[in-house]
Amino acid sequence: MSATPLLELRGIDKSFGPVQVLRDVAFAAHPGEVTALVGDNGAGKSTLVKCISGIYPTEAGEFIFDGRPVSINSPRDAAALGIEVVYQDLALCDNLDIVQNMFLGREKRSGLVLDEPTMEQMAAETLAGLSVRTVKSLRQHVSSLSGGQRQTVAIAKAVLWNSKLVILDEPTAALGVAQTAQVLELVRRLADKGLAVVLISHNMNDVFAVSDRIAALYLGQMVAQVKTTDITHSQVVELITAGRSGDLGLTGEPGSNGTGAAPADITPGAVR
Amino acid sequence: MTATAVKKEGPASVTPAPTVGSHVSNYWRRVRGGDIGALPAVIMLLVLAVGFSIARPSFFTAGNLANLFTQGAAVTLIAMGLVFVLLLGEIDLSAGFASGVCAAILANVVTVLGYPWYVAVLAAVVTGVVIGTVLGLLVAKVGIPSFVVTLAGFLAFQGVVLTLMDEGANIAVRDDVLVAIANRNLSPVLGWTLAALAVGGYAAVQLLRHRNRSARGLLTDPIAVVAARIGGLAVILGVAVYVLNLERSRNVLVVSLKGVPIVVPIIALLLVVWTFVLQRTSYGRHIYAVGGNAEAARRAGINVDKIRISVFVICSGMAAIGGIVAASRANSVDPNTGGSNVLLYAVGAAVIGGTSLFGGKGRVLDAVLGGAVIAVIDNGMGLMGYSSGVKYVVTGVVLLAAATIDALSRRRAAATGVR
Repeated sequence: MSATPLLELRGIDKSFGPVQVLRDVAFAAHPGEVTALVGDNGAGKSTLVKCISGIYPTEAGEFIFDGRPVSINSPRDAAALGIEVVYQDLALCDNLDIVQNMFLGREKRSGLVLDEPTMEQMAAETLAGLSVRTVKSLRQHVSSLSGGQRQTVAIAKAVLWNSKLVILDEPTAALGVAQTAQVLELVRRLADKGLAVVLISHNMNDVFAVSDRIAALYLGQMVAQVKTTDITHSQVVELITAGRSGDLGLTGEPGSNGTGAAPADITPGAVR
Repeated sequence: MTATAVKKEGPASVTPAPTVGSHVSNYWRRVRGGDIGALPAVIMLLVLAVGFSIARPSFFTAGNLANLFTQGAAVTLIAMGLVFVLLLGEIDLSAGFASGVCAAILANVVTVLGYPWYVAVLAAVVTGVVIGTVLGLLVAKVGIPSFVVTLAGFLAFQGVVLTLMDEGANIAVRDDVLVAIANRNLSPVLGWTLAALAVGGYAAVQLLRHRNRSARGLLTDPIAVVAARIGGLAVILGVAVYVLNLERSRNVLVVSLKGVPIVVPIIALLLVVWTFVLQRTSYGRHIYAVGGNAEAARRAGINVDKIRISVFVICSGMAAIGGIVAASRANSVDPNTGGSNVLLYAVGAAVIGGTSLFGGKGRVLDAVLGGAVIAVIDNGMGLMGYSSGVKYVVTGVVLLAAATIDALSRRRAAATGVR
């Protein structure tokens, strides 16, 4: 779709003490596209997301947002840029209703008093804009919602603030088949509305169902970022497990990556 | 998002407008699903009142009704503060003796030092606020469990009261204004005026909200339900004021005794203020959020520590007001003010009223309803001539029953997904 990415990362390094978790990572998220971020456990997906959302500081590398270099030092910076992260859980309060959850921490007020009618209207419009019709009442408590509906509310909460980049951390991990389809449909709709969407997932079916690009992390290195149509299921699995697949990914001995410095001849973040 | 285009198909307008019937059946479904709220307290209150009235006709007299209010006032006020702490899933075991400390400060300032009543009241409330700040800081910043912090407070404040009381002597409170709080009544006319103002204000708020919401095309409760709520409040207040305005002096020629006890409008005002804070301000919303899911609240940008400290401040501040009322009622402060059963009655009142010990669920009204249940048990069993021993056992059993209902309804709510 769009040629220039909304968010581009170059040469990101991050380590926790002696352990280098991200090594010279390049990553791009395009508006109107779903970019799937895949990788095995410990590959650095969550760390990368936390760097983008400002929870972790990075040691090296540059962030380019909307064409200009930015620095993201706190979650507040990320939110100011329009970056919202939807976590797998821990994002909603069971004892509050849908509207209350969507506006939590950013309530609309008129004077001292909460402006409930405005919030309810905005929430209704946002959900309608995402074509969500599965919730009965905006005033029902979140505890009465199904897993898919909760995820929907969490995503709608992220969209409510005119965000530009929405990062979804395993949104379908705990869901059944029908609910997964529901959430994936919503993810697709976000991108169709022009947002840049980053989807972290372990599930290859989800990734292929919804993504435009796939970025694969292997032991802290971005081994490939390619169009979904240019790659097969088994190639992605190979990238995740071995860091290479045919002419994609790391060149040289895959086994040597975990130790020592990165080989000089690899092409991190190679976009085909 | 083109607002006008999508509004027609918004989720809110997909559901059919509720009728009186659907409102009632919705409520019934929530109750069956475990969202019982204050229902057990209301039922308990009715059963107890009817039971005691049959067993001891003197229970159901104007004089005893007025007694009930003044007897239960201090515990109810402390319980109102405790609701805030319980909403976060914390506990304040020191609230009873904190009220004792504040009452002792009050008595010392007004009687020993001879300052006017408002200075003494201010000193007492400030003492409460300071106590609450210290407790809150220890819980939120140092990270000690509130149970331990306030247990330490429970022990220490007991000692503070003793020290302030000069090792056991009691201090009389003779200031007219302070004594009036729990011992004098409003004139019947003023009682009616306040009741009318309360009903009028409530009706205005309800009708304005109804009009505002329907004007914006949002779902509203049917107007009949709104009218029923207003009517219900009018009937309850009307009957209460009428009964309290009856002459209850044994000998009218010597002294006339009628009217609403002054402490009643004080409780009512605080009930309205705190309910407003909890339900209509973002601060109140954040209290519920932290009680429901502290991590989600933190990620939403809410300062969880600040909320945590503030609820302890409110709790101890309300304990101070409870202590002032207790001092007024007894005309004095002694080393046991705020001691013995006060704290447990207050916690019991909040829980019996429907505030959850697990946090995230509760209202200030719960404390008032629960406080009424406790006061009725205490008063009724006293009239029946039972000993303190039996009273304690019964109150304990009622508290246990309330906590059981809370736990069971939570399980049921978890199973049915309603809450």
